Amino acid sequence: MLRELFSLALIQHTIRTATPLILAALGGLLTQQAGILNIGMEGMILLGAFFGVVGSYFLGSSLAGVGLAILVGVLIGLIFGFFVIDLKSDEFIIGIAINIFAGGLTVFLLRSIFGVKGAFSSPGIIPLPRISIPFLENISFLDTIFNNHSIFVYLSWIFVVLVYTFLYKTPQGTWLIASGEYPQALETAGISPRKMKYISSVACGVFCGMAGSHLSLGYLTLFTENMSANRGFIALAAIIFGKSNPIKTLIAALLFGFFDALGMRLQVVGVPSQFTQMVPYLATILALFIVTKRQMDKSKKGAIEINE
Amino acid sequence: MGDKIIELKNISKQFPGVLANDNINLEIDKGEIHAIIGENGAGKSTLMNTLYGLFEPTSGEIYIDGNKVRFLSPLDAIKHKIGMVHQHFMLVPSFTVAENIVLGIEPRKNKLFINKDEAIKITEDLSKTYGLYVDPRQKVETISVGIQQRIEILKVLHKGADILILDEPTAVLTPQETQELFSIVRNLVDNLGKTVIIITHKLQEVLQLSDRVSVMRQGKMIGTLNTKEANEQILAEMMVGREVLFDKLERKEVPHKEILKVQNIKAKDNRGLMIIKDISLNLKSGEVLGIAGIEGNGQSELIEVLTGLRSLEDGDIIVNDVSLINSTPKEIRNASIAHVPEDRLAMGLSKDASIYENILMGSQYNEEYTKIKIQLNNKKIKKRAKDLIKKFDIRTPSEDVLIGNLSGGNMQKVVIAREFSFNTEILIIAQPTRGVDIGAIEFIHEQIIEKRNQGAAILLVSADLDEIFRLSDRILTIYEGRITGEFKQGDITKKEIGLYMTGRNKSELGGGIGEEING
Repeated sequence: MLRELFSLALIQHTIRTATPLILAALGGLLTQQAGILNIGMEGMILLGAFFGVVGSYFLGSSLAGVGLAILVGVLIGLIFGFFVIDLKSDEFIIGIAINIFAGGLTVFLLRSIFGVKGAFSSPGIIPLPRISIPFLENISFLDTIFNNHSIFVYLSWIFVVLVYTFLYKTPQGTWLIASGEYPQALETAGISPRKMKYISSVACGVFCGMAGSHLSLGYLTLFTENMSANRGFIALAAIIFGKSNPIKTLIAALLFGFFDALGMRLQVVGVPSQFTQMVPYLATILALFIVTKRQMDKSKKGAIEINE
Repeated sequence: MGDKIIELKNISKQFPGVLANDNINLEIDKGEIHAIIGENGAGKSTLMNTLYGLFEPTSGEIYIDGNKVRFLSPLDAIKHKIGMVHQHFMLVPSFTVAENIVLGIEPRKNKLFINKDEAIKITEDLSKTYGLYVDPRQKVETISVGIQQRIEILKVLHKGADILILDEPTAVLTPQETQELFSIVRNLVDNLGKTVIIITHKLQEVLQLSDRVSVMRQGKMIGTLNTKEANEQILAEMMVGREVLFDKLERKEVPHKEILKVQNIKAKDNRGLMIIKDISLNLKSGEVLGIAGIEGNGQSELIEVLTGLRSLEDGDIIVNDVSLINSTPKEIRNASIAHVPEDRLAMGLSKDASIYENILMGSQYNEEYTKIKIQLNNKKIKKRAKDLIKKFDIRTPSEDVLIGNLSGGNMQKVVIAREFSFNTEILIIAQPTRGVDIGAIEFIHEQIIEKRNQGAAILLVSADLDEIFRLSDRILTIYEGRITGEFKQGDITKKEIGLYMTGRNKSELGGGIGEEING
């Protein structure tokens, strides 16, 4: 049974399930760095998933689907930014509002556009292309793990490197971090923290749009109600676990992806699905507990060093 | 000297409901240290923020080197070589010194990326040029306040500033750091051709450092003097607008009797660390015992322990031969201790309650103010509030006004009025004049000394050394949760006491001054 559980397929599955988490988390860590707690990622992903299907179905191209999802992401990022940055509303409440709004809107539009309830699938939805890398085909285990994934799987890794480079190697990345940590310092340096915060908010919308369209056009080829399935919150957990560092957040997202995959594999070997579905969430809670504990210990230790 | 580098003409700044600057004229000469003084709310920070481009004036004109300019953002001011060192440092804690210095004008490589080596080199060069040593690779969050200020000054200089505005630069510094800052500023002006504008309300510093001084009051410019022709008395009068009588405080000889004894106490802070490591002290009737120390060395916790807000780990607190261990704050008040807390809005007052309700607090069980045990007697309560408003000179239209609508000074007077009117044997007073204007400071100081003369035992904690020196009969220095020295009024100077406050007494003074009571 263990052999069946811990097979190559598990790793392959981990990579697949981690991708939407990685994408959303990259967006969320940018807002986090800019000092905004964004719990609206969940809704942003859901909207991305829906409009991905809409674009792909009506425009007949998966790229158009992704494009539409990103466009909606930009829009929702601007709306989020307007409320949180300019109107200074509580980011927690705006985040929840976006989640509720996205849930309601997608159900409503699902019925009014496609005339169905619950889920929409159709051969008319063009999926994202899968990438096959020729030289991997010769090495059987690498082939199983890394080859023939949907395009966003590979893109997400590239984005990790790009976001990392942006944050820590470019002036603009530094400004974004400063806008979250100490906006007044940035302001007196003559750079607008508001602008940096808006950039982070819109970027978050874009990444969540991609995460969503990956769900509905890459991971699966359909839309179901609430198909984001709390991935936005798990992505947030990954951000906190990874302390908003893209590399560490990637590792955290892979970890959560692993538990998700493990949950599904457990189902294969006969564990009731009610239990297996708990696995990723339990892992999330456990991870957050460990991180919080670690931080508390650290701040205690730091304080002792200063005091003694 | 002599060339006008800055001219402000008829500057006014209107905020909703407040005219913060009213037709201000000011001239700054090249190569001078120009102090701008005034009480809280006099408009000096508004004026300087206008000069730095953070606010646009409602009306009026700014001239730099004789040319009219208009500043829409700090960038415009920076272009005209004006730099500002803010009271709260504008440094990002998790960034290194070098990263902070180049923030906003990072050196680049391949156009896109930050050149970190170049940033470090820039910092090292600056450090050398101005003789201000900093470690470019160190993170700001690990650096002391005095050094952070240096970084802030270097940052401003790096932007090419020839005119430096320093906003309350000494508020957070120890006496030693203050002297260091002054020699830095002197060097910048005398040897490097810079012009410095310094905003402050500390008169002694103005007299020590500046060439000229301009005084503001209630949004208006009162006048500019050559510092040589000024003294504390003149400046204080210009600031307050009437005669201020310093050192009128009259101390009567009062019989001393030991009332409060603190024996080897230990206590933890909110993070669970031992912050009070070993403190013993005694407090006698008819004296003010001042505790001098840099904030965060256990004085706040000491006060909380004494007032029952924090539990003891070890040791004993004895008032009139009765131990107060495990007593509730109410029991402690009944044991004749009143408390003026350090943060009036967090602990001393309810902002959304009226003056009379705030004055009632702590007396609500007193039968004098209740009708049939469960109903308050508002008539009597208001009567008392009215009496105290008069006695303590609280400026308000009526006792029904909400605390939140009063000025800082008047809020503090409400706290003082309430606590002093309990007529306790012991008064524990923390930061009695923080953020309070000179007129109110004077009044509060008089009230404290009057209490002392009536025989109260007063424990005073203040971050303001001037206040400690002015009021105390005896001074204890506290450092890292221990008492490091005990001095009688007049036995020690502020500069010397600074060493005890930073725990450096043993190596630098050899314990030669004052009497050490702790090993």
